[in-house]
Amino acid sequence: MTFTDIHSRAQAAAEPFLDRRRPRILVGASTCGKAAGADDLLAALPGHLKEMGLDIEVSQVGCLGLCYAEPLVELRSTEHPPLLFSGVTTESLGEVLTAYYRNGGGSALATMDDEAHGDAPPFEQLPMLKGQVRVVSRNFGRIDPENIDHYIARGGYAGLARALKMDPEQVIDEVRTSGLRGRGGAGFPVATKWEFCFTEAADQKYMICNADEGDPGAFMDRSVLESDPHSTLEGMIVGAYAIGASEGYIYVRAEYPLAITRIEKAIAQATAYGLLGDNILGSSFSFHAKIKKGAGAFVCGEETSMLASIEGKRGMPRTRPPFPAQKGLHGKPTTINNVETLANIPVIMANGGAAFAENGTERSRGTKTFALAGKIVRTGLIEVPLGTTLRRIVFDIGGGIPDGKAFKAVQTGGPSGGCIPADLLDLPVDYEHLAEAGAIMGSGGLVAMDEDTCMVDVARYFLEFTQVESCGKCVPCRLGTRQLLQILNSMARGDSKPGDIDLMLEVAHAVKNASLCGLGQTAPNPVLTTVKYYRDEYESHVNDRRCPAHKCEGLLRYAVDADACTGCTACLRACPAEAITGEPREVHTIDPKKCIRCDACYQACKFNAITKS
Amino acid sequence: MGRIVTLTASQTPGLDAVLARHPCEESQLIPLLQDIQDHVGYISAESMRAAATHLNIPESSVYGVVTFYSQFYLTRQGRHKVKVCQGTACHVRGAVEIIRAVTARLGIKPGETTRDFEFSVERVACFGSCALAPVMVVNEKVYGNVTPEMAIRILDELT
Repeated sequence: MTFTDIHSRAQAAAEPFLDRRRPRILVGASTCGKAAGADDLLAALPGHLKEMGLDIEVSQVGCLGLCYAEPLVELRSTEHPPLLFSGVTTESLGEVLTAYYRNGGGSALATMDDEAHGDAPPFEQLPMLKGQVRVVSRNFGRIDPENIDHYIARGGYAGLARALKMDPEQVIDEVRTSGLRGRGGAGFPVATKWEFCFTEAADQKYMICNADEGDPGAFMDRSVLESDPHSTLEGMIVGAYAIGASEGYIYVRAEYPLAITRIEKAIAQATAYGLLGDNILGSSFSFHAKIKKGAGAFVCGEETSMLASIEGKRGMPRTRPPFPAQKGLHGKPTTINNVETLANIPVIMANGGAAFAENGTERSRGTKTFALAGKIVRTGLIEVPLGTTLRRIVFDIGGGIPDGKAFKAVQTGGPSGGCIPADLLDLPVDYEHLAEAGAIMGSGGLVAMDEDTCMVDVARYFLEFTQVESCGKCVPCRLGTRQLLQILNSMARGDSKPGDIDLMLEVAHAVKNASLCGLGQTAPNPVLTTVKYYRDEYESHVNDRRCPAHKCEGLLRYAVDADACTGCTACLRACPAEAITGEPREVHTIDPKKCIRCDACYQACKFNAITKS
Repeated sequence: MGRIVTLTASQTPGLDAVLARHPCEESQLIPLLQDIQDHVGYISAESMRAAATHLNIPESSVYGVVTFYSQFYLTRQGRHKVKVCQGTACHVRGAVEIIRAVTARLGIKPGETTRDFEFSVERVACFGSCALAPVMVVNEKVYGNVTPEMAIRILDELT
């Protein structure tokens, strides 16, 4: 079957779904949606529809990116414009359905039509969507991720069909024109990486998709695989064609079960359509892809560790050169690209590299997805042209900091990145500017922090992570991360010594310069940036034994304010450590020896009678 | 005199069937161990020896891999698996308070299992559900925006 035939068949099959003026109910069912209650809604829907005498099909879609508003439900009918409802619960579901299907009413978050409907603005006009340009996330929430026809009907696999009519060199040139750089963190030009592998002569080459998204605070790759798995798969097949690989692996972390299920289905469907496997689309090119589940090791996100892990060994890095392009998996030339990088490829191949390069800056072309999380009003997944300022991302798209608190920092790049302070909010987000600030772009996690966040605690948190995840192969990383953590722990406990800040900087530089792989080379970044921008906070911890943000537990004491306490017993009941005593309607007391500083009493008290000092 | 190898069926129910599903290649080690853990619940010494024999690799290599990856358990786990996310977003939104409340309620430390094998508690790096932080996963069900009281309520409902 030619691609034209596949495409027209897919279009006919997807039409009833893609036509927004046909009755249908769409439920956002990626991990975030499910955690917010999407599964309960899916279970409750048939009953409601039966009761209302409606025969309407229910579909699961991926993530629209508005995680703060989950679970999201889109209602469609022939009579009314399609509306998107946020925060739907099993309790409110019946009401929402009745209001919409009776008279097209209900307080919707947005309409999926082009024009506003009552108070509901068009989806693209929502504050969180303005300023976004969706390339990687083009299909998010708009297709059933488990249906290949939907993907093809919206332009999928056209890029692969075009690529197969070109020489591998021409494919690489098209990617070079796009200016695409690796989205996994380091930002290496994709065309150059492919060319290295293409020029190697070998009987066997491998194409690997790195879906081991390990940075805490990052969920871009999970969203791509859960919401549009075919885009990554298509990119991978194009890459395999360009470098000359006949076999490949998608290395996914085991913590992403839904992503694994969806990519498994995508592989089966693409194989059935002749888009994967032997003689793809009737050409002489064959490519087979398999899934490898990670087993819980952050360092496996590093290329050479990942290769060791796929070979069944301990996932430890090795020195480069030789680079994987020369000696990779089983000693054969191998290319490793990240999920998001590959998800850009179908668009580049279908529309041309020049069109892709229109977004972004001189050296950082295209768009980038970011996972907005932490102390921010609108958490979720966004995609903006590279070069967009942090202020725009945090305040215009993310809606700023909740509860009237002040913005303190934004953390980019996970444990390899750094904290960027308020006075650098106008920094354009691209590879070069973030590196200048001491952070890195990383894979795209953006965690906002408010005034209640202690920067010593943040650095300590990341070092705790990297110290555990250090594979132990090279000394600077194995011992250095431990030493850094010990110093930070002593600061948080209140028994650090004068000079500890400088000692910490010295160790940090040694780890950065001497470590074997990216994990160690970037592990000190959280320490270096927090000292650079928030040195006064470190000095308070060291010199005054004080944590200005009241966060570091060793410097913290919980007590009851006798004047404010009403003796309501709420704190006593909330305390899991039985550290609070007192009779009803009498002032309660906290035993500091038993107190585990869990904050439960502070949160339970309705009279602000629990004090932290 | 050569070493006498006696081929006997393993003591662990289901282990032989799991082994039979995997080709005898070293690169199969991690998928094989994952499969064993899915069926047996953890990786016992017997499982490690069986995996080494099956793939014809040293037992020490199997032990090395099992102890390298955090997903593998060397001991029997609890009936309810409680995982508290320690991701950055969860951390700044109070994951520390959640883990404290959970461990205080169950009387075990992270990484431990209660004596009655009802609960195991783990700290996990990141589930990627950061927008709903802090997150707790109990028996594969993801709970978002968890508070210490809510965490205790979730545990109490299981007992």
